[in-house]
Amino acid sequence: MIAELGLAALWLAAALAALQTVAGFLSVRAGQGAEIAALIRPASMMQGLLVAFSFAMLLWLFAITDLSVKLVAANSHVDKPLIYKLSGTWGNHEGSMLLWVTVMAAAGALIAAVEHRLPERTMYATLGAQGLVALGFYGFLLLSSNPFERLPVPALQGMGLNPLLQDIGLALHPPTLYFGYVGLSVAFSFAVGALLTRSVTPDFARAMRPWVLGAWVFLTLGITAGSYWAYYELGWGGWWFWDPVENASLMPWLAATALLHSASVLASRDALRTWTIMLGVVAFSMSMIGTFLVRSGILTSVHAFAVDPERGTFILVLLTLYIGGALLLFALRANTISEGKRFSVTSREGALVFNNVMLSAILAIVLLGTLYPLLTEAFNVRVSVGPPYFNPVGAIFFMPMLLVMGVGPLLRWREDRPDRIRSELALFAALIIAAIVLLSLLVEIALLPLLGLAMGLGLAVASFMPLRSRQLGRIPAATWGMVLAHFGITVALIGMASESAFSEEELVALSAGESATVGPWTVTLEAVEPVAGPNWTAIQGRLSARYGDSEPVVLAPQARSFWAPPQQTTESALSTRWNGQLYAVIGDPAGEGRFQLRLWWKPFVTLIWYGGVVIALGGVLALIGHVLNDLRRRHRERRLDEQRSEEEALGILSGEERL
Amino acid sequence: MTRLLAAMLLTAFALPLAAQDTMPPAPYAYRQLDDPAAEAEAQDLMETLRCLKCQSQSIADSDAPMAGDMRHQVRIRIASGESPNEVRQWLTERYGDYVSYEPQISATTWPLFAIPILLVLVVGAILYRRFGKLP
Repeated sequence: MIAELGLAALWLAAALAALQTVAGFLSVRAGQGAEIAALIRPASMMQGLLVAFSFAMLLWLFAITDLSVKLVAANSHVDKPLIYKLSGTWGNHEGSMLLWVTVMAAAGALIAAVEHRLPERTMYATLGAQGLVALGFYGFLLLSSNPFERLPVPALQGMGLNPLLQDIGLALHPPTLYFGYVGLSVAFSFAVGALLTRSVTPDFARAMRPWVLGAWVFLTLGITAGSYWAYYELGWGGWWFWDPVENASLMPWLAATALLHSASVLASRDALRTWTIMLGVVAFSMSMIGTFLVRSGILTSVHAFAVDPERGTFILVLLTLYIGGALLLFALRANTISEGKRFSVTSREGALVFNNVMLSAILAIVLLGTLYPLLTEAFNVRVSVGPPYFNPVGAIFFMPMLLVMGVGPLLRWREDRPDRIRSELALFAALIIAAIVLLSLLVEIALLPLLGLAMGLGLAVASFMPLRSRQLGRIPAATWGMVLAHFGITVALIGMASESAFSEEELVALSAGESATVGPWTVTLEAVEPVAGPNWTAIQGRLSARYGDSEPVVLAPQARSFWAPPQQTTESALSTRWNGQLYAVIGDPAGEGRFQLRLWWKPFVTLIWYGGVVIALGGVLALIGHVLNDLRRRHRERRLDEQRSEEEALGILSGEERL
Repeated sequence: MTRLLAAMLLTAFALPLAAQDTMPPAPYAYRQLDDPAAEAEAQDLMETLRCLKCQSQSIADSDAPMAGDMRHQVRIRIASGESPNEVRQWLTERYGDYVSYEPQISATTWPLFAIPILLVLVVGAILYRRFGKLP
């Protein structure tokens, strides 16, 4: 019964999305005062509620492990802890797509409920576009991946969830990313709405900006969490491998970063109109491409995808329709939108444009490197594109971008003279050059980590320069957010460069009582003991690790064996200090009572993820700043309106008195 | 002489490539070379070689038996004095370009290198058009 309720709610929501789309586009044609327009906002809000209900039903099915539902039987198990039963809801294809439409419908409901700044016609078009995109994904769910399908005969226990996914990091990682992906759908709808009604204005950018910022914060957190999960769960200490799945989350982030900056220019300077619209379309296109890559199975093998192409083809068709449609609309309308106000090279807009172009170029490189192997595989030529390609080629665009990121916020809008910020420029350059010279003299280090460290050190100072000679109390929250986000980039950059330059690795086979050293650490294997969890057994090493001469800390890495489904995982043990992390993994027995140990000392590696969190924090601050500003502005306008009408009323009164 | 020794070593260790999952891993699968410089060289190389049995993992970070065997191959070849490029060559001759994460310019991969160069030109053109004419 629960499953059927969920399914019914999903069908109703799809019908409402269709209504919203039709009503939206009809109202755009009819213009102001169309009667059907009254349906759009309620349809959008009701649709949000219905999908949320449907998702709640699926959560419920997973919570009680209803094994007569195919999806639950295939992805859950009676013995699993409750938290992983719940996270199993989105740890599979159908559930994650339901989560996707849930977030999307909720976002649509929210703009329908609160966004009243834009001209009504633009809102009709925006909500119509949002409905149309949602409709495609409802179709995908209902026709080719129904999450509520029943089994003819209920299963006995269930197949279980991939043990790698039974981890709190991965329980939260997909929803976070999806909030980001889908938040960009709102930016997409706004862009389409503004294009259709030819109203690309600063107001449009202000309405879109919180959504882009919010999506960007979620993407940042999602990527950071995913990277940390891969780092500690996969047991080899790698935090980024330019894996297509990782790239699928990085590409929307790159596009959203560019969009964010260009929307800011549009909001405050009324420039870069077409560029902002273009990026709005591109950002959500990247979300859809990411979803296609991850969800179609094309990554496992192009040929497997060609043999069973139903789902992949469905997403591919949606992708082509939406991206193609939006680009066509853009091509038709772009020449009717003027570019907006002009500015000189040495201005803040100039720097932002430069970095926007660089971000887009990096995005193109990542897209190329991700799709190219798929393309050649279709012609039976298999090539691999990995870190040795992405790192240097990406750096060609990334390094100049970092330089401009340090200088840009110091420039004035519209036009500025470089010699006005001469001393800041000199300090920035001196820091970077000094760091390059010192590092290359003192340590043996490869080119990219060297540049990364030097840029990081220079930027750490430069990112706070916009605050110079200003009263700290009077700086707006959005500016603090910008400073913090830029600082976060440098923190993460230093972490990445330091990890790749200074990591030390030690592979040893130890028996109880023996020791090994890695970097400044001495690690002793005290004992190896068996342990058991709710759905796994493991061997656990008890290690005592000593940093220099300090007190030893105890680490307990495990090698776990799950039985549903049968799979081995390694649980690494970490010891975190301010200056880095010790990473320990226990492996197989190596004969004569010895066990394999893998030990790493990774100086400042934690900065990578602290940096990610700081970036997200900056985004949150900027978001709060902009929303408060908007509320204040709206309040002021309302007050002005009230005053005006009062004055008019008074004027009429006094006029009457005079009579 | 070292070449000969290496070849003999190789024939001795050639079996593990066909090993089953139940056999013990090859000696240098989980053991580092004694010379830190050679080990660093081997490590850098292993991070750019694909584990053919895994999905998107290098042989430097996989527990798959085949990755272990390949690590063993890389380490003993580096130890016997081969350069990383020779080892990469040896592996690609056997497993195809797919095994190397570092694409080499060839008839099938040239767009990977041509497009970035094109991109630099396009970026330059966009920036020049945007700013070139202005005062």
